[in-house]
Amino acid sequence: MKITSAAELEDIRRKAVQALALREESNKVVQETACGLEKGTPHMQILCCGGTGCKASDSAKIVENFRASLAAHGVADKVEVVVPGCFGFCEKGPIVKIIPDNTFYTSVRPEDVEEIVTAHILGGEKVERLLYKDPGTGNHISDSKHMNFYRKQLRIALRNCGFIDPENILEYIARDGYKALAQSLQRDSLEVLADVKASGLRGRGGAGFPTGVKWEIARKFDAPDKYVVCNADEGDPGAFMDRSIMEGDPNSVVEAMMICGYCINANHGLIYIRAEYPLAVHRLKVAIAQAREYGLLGENILGTGFNFDIEIRYGAGAFVCGEETALIHSMEGKRGEPTLKPPFPAEAGYMGRPTNVNNVETLANVPVILTKGPQWFASIGTEKSKGTKVFALAGKINNVGLIEVPMGTTLREIIYDIGGGVKNGKKFKAVQTGGPSGGCLTEKHLDIPIDYESLAAAGSMMGSGGMIVMDEDDCMVSVAKFFLEFTVDESCGKCTPCRIGNRRMLEILTRITDGRGTPQDLEKLETLAKVIKDTALCGLGQTSPNPVLSTLANFREEYEEHVNKHVCRAHKCKALLTYSIDPVLCKGCSSCARGCPAEAIAGEVRKPFVINPEKCIRCGMCMSRCKFGAINVI
Amino acid sequence: MSEFKVSSKALRATEEICHKFNNDPGELISILHETQNTLGYIPEAVQRVIARELGIPEQKVYGVVTFYSFFSMVPKGKYPVSVCLGTACYVRGSDKVLEEFKRVLGIEVGETTPDGKFSLDCLRCVGACGLAPVATIGEKVYGRLNPSDIKKIVTDFED
Repeated sequence: MKITSAAELEDIRRKAVQALALREESNKVVQETACGLEKGTPHMQILCCGGTGCKASDSAKIVENFRASLAAHGVADKVEVVVPGCFGFCEKGPIVKIIPDNTFYTSVRPEDVEEIVTAHILGGEKVERLLYKDPGTGNHISDSKHMNFYRKQLRIALRNCGFIDPENILEYIARDGYKALAQSLQRDSLEVLADVKASGLRGRGGAGFPTGVKWEIARKFDAPDKYVVCNADEGDPGAFMDRSIMEGDPNSVVEAMMICGYCINANHGLIYIRAEYPLAVHRLKVAIAQAREYGLLGENILGTGFNFDIEIRYGAGAFVCGEETALIHSMEGKRGEPTLKPPFPAEAGYMGRPTNVNNVETLANVPVILTKGPQWFASIGTEKSKGTKVFALAGKINNVGLIEVPMGTTLREIIYDIGGGVKNGKKFKAVQTGGPSGGCLTEKHLDIPIDYESLAAAGSMMGSGGMIVMDEDDCMVSVAKFFLEFTVDESCGKCTPCRIGNRRMLEILTRITDGRGTPQDLEKLETLAKVIKDTALCGLGQTSPNPVLSTLANFREEYEEHVNKHVCRAHKCKALLTYSIDPVLCKGCSSCARGCPAEAIAGEVRKPFVINPEKCIRCGMCMSRCKFGAINVI
Repeated sequence: MSEFKVSSKALRATEEICHKFNNDPGELISILHETQNTLGYIPEAVQRVIARELGIPEQKVYGVVTFYSFFSMVPKGKYPVSVCLGTACYVRGSDKVLEEFKRVLGIEVGETTPDGKFSLDCLRCVGACGLAPVATIGEKVYGRLNPSDIKKIVTDFED
């Protein structure tokens, strides 16, 4: 059915709200006792995470088992199984949430389903062993609202993720979806644009350019065909914010693109998405098809005469395509090489037409800014960075997952309060933000309130939101080398500083980690990094030396140890390691010698064994086999 | 560039894919995606057909195929193994997982085993960072991998 006016949309919303009422109500109250059908609860819902992370741990099978079990118990009409997008708490996935008592089950296996159904859904008793256990107190926490992981979060861009069924447009409409569009289409487009500008929203893809200003520029260029492009080429390794938004709330992206189109007088939308994200592609396709079916995409939208439609374009595995000019070339079916700006895409973009490119998370903020007002949004965050930021927390941290916090939250709050601290009680060493374009921050940066400016001042950048925590076992020279390997691999080859300069830097870093580095190498590295930063053509090349520069600035002593003493304190750089056997601790059991793949260990049984350093390949096998802790490594 | 023998059936399928996209050069990447999905790889002979259909030079098609890591000019193994080398997986030891796959399969990255069963590749982030380190074999994602798990995973596929 087609919705032909704002009034009809409101009617549909009122009806749709009923269907979501059970979830909305239970979200507001805290209910410690479990509900159950046998206790008289009339209706229940089971929310099984359908994000990529949980799907990788069999969540689809869990959904299937729930449906089968509910049918077998004859209660399928009273209990609904819903598959929302990512809950964010990926560390303990798959997540299953029971409504209306808001019970949050973690690490659920397909074989746990029957117990949840019989004990909880029918009997009204929580399955305690599947509840989250607070690592601090050891107590089980049943409602996610009480978990530290969620307590400090403020979910704006992720408002619907883990709550609504992303493949049902009605659930989106029930939560004021497409309301911002309906209201905007009744206003002058300049006013709407002024609101976006007043909110202070800045690009969440990394650079932080004010969104309203970008739209204003794109609006100025007149052409028969103009384009709104959603940049969903989330290429930073370890970053999955945009993917989760598209998987969990695809309609918010569709709605925001239309609002942008209205503001800049464009009628065509294009979403450029990585081919590595099949589930996000599927969910976007469903959202677009449903929006068309309801007349929210197409011609004469809501009877206002405004036309807009969206097509999906696929990436094919090239990191540089996140850069907007490269992205546009890729959409035109060409090699994704960047070109010099100006002309900016706002003037001559896709097919030479004025084009506005925004990132997924930026767009997801737009509808809610317009329904709640720009002042509300501008009241959150810091002076220059408004609103919230979604981060993908990963690496050596207890609570890996997707989080959203107000700008101005400190790294310490994110890593220790929300993230639960460093894994296995190890010592915190660094946190890497901004992906291959960002830098590594240390202990001394933990208390700065994060926003675009403060991270840049500290030598890193906001980037798209990847946040990787590293501990004492990580070698910072190797980390810099890791990022450079990535850049060398992904450099498109068009400009010399990036194509050749980065390769030279990688060679120097390889030399250092191989134990062949000299003190002069550090100077060379620094000079080269600065030249590349100043001379590369696009964002990829200009930022690629950041991981090197920031580790040189913050962990210079580690570089110096590598080149002067040939020591790697994290024991990561194999060439710098020496394994030896402590003759006092060694019992002469021969286990190490039998396990050594290089036959580098010899000795007589019940007498201390000896490692031949010439033959040793430094694999560490002896260390893992020795029961007496007799293997030393320096 | 090595030549692979391509059946006339495959060439016809390629033509059909081009027609489906109205032989539009702007759709080249979509056409290549579909061709790779259908044939498993995009050898030179197939690229020639696409160039002819779209009315663009062969070197342009070749340029695009070789630019993007998703497209392959050699057939992948029956079970394509991809080890994630994203940052989250890297700090949790994916380099050791990759080394072990190389050792167990006896091939380097980008190669296929002589029996055509396994091919080995790296990828950057599937977004399952909570399960790091991660590898995928076909569609299935293997999480929280230890180098010592690899032998068994591979053996399970061999049967």
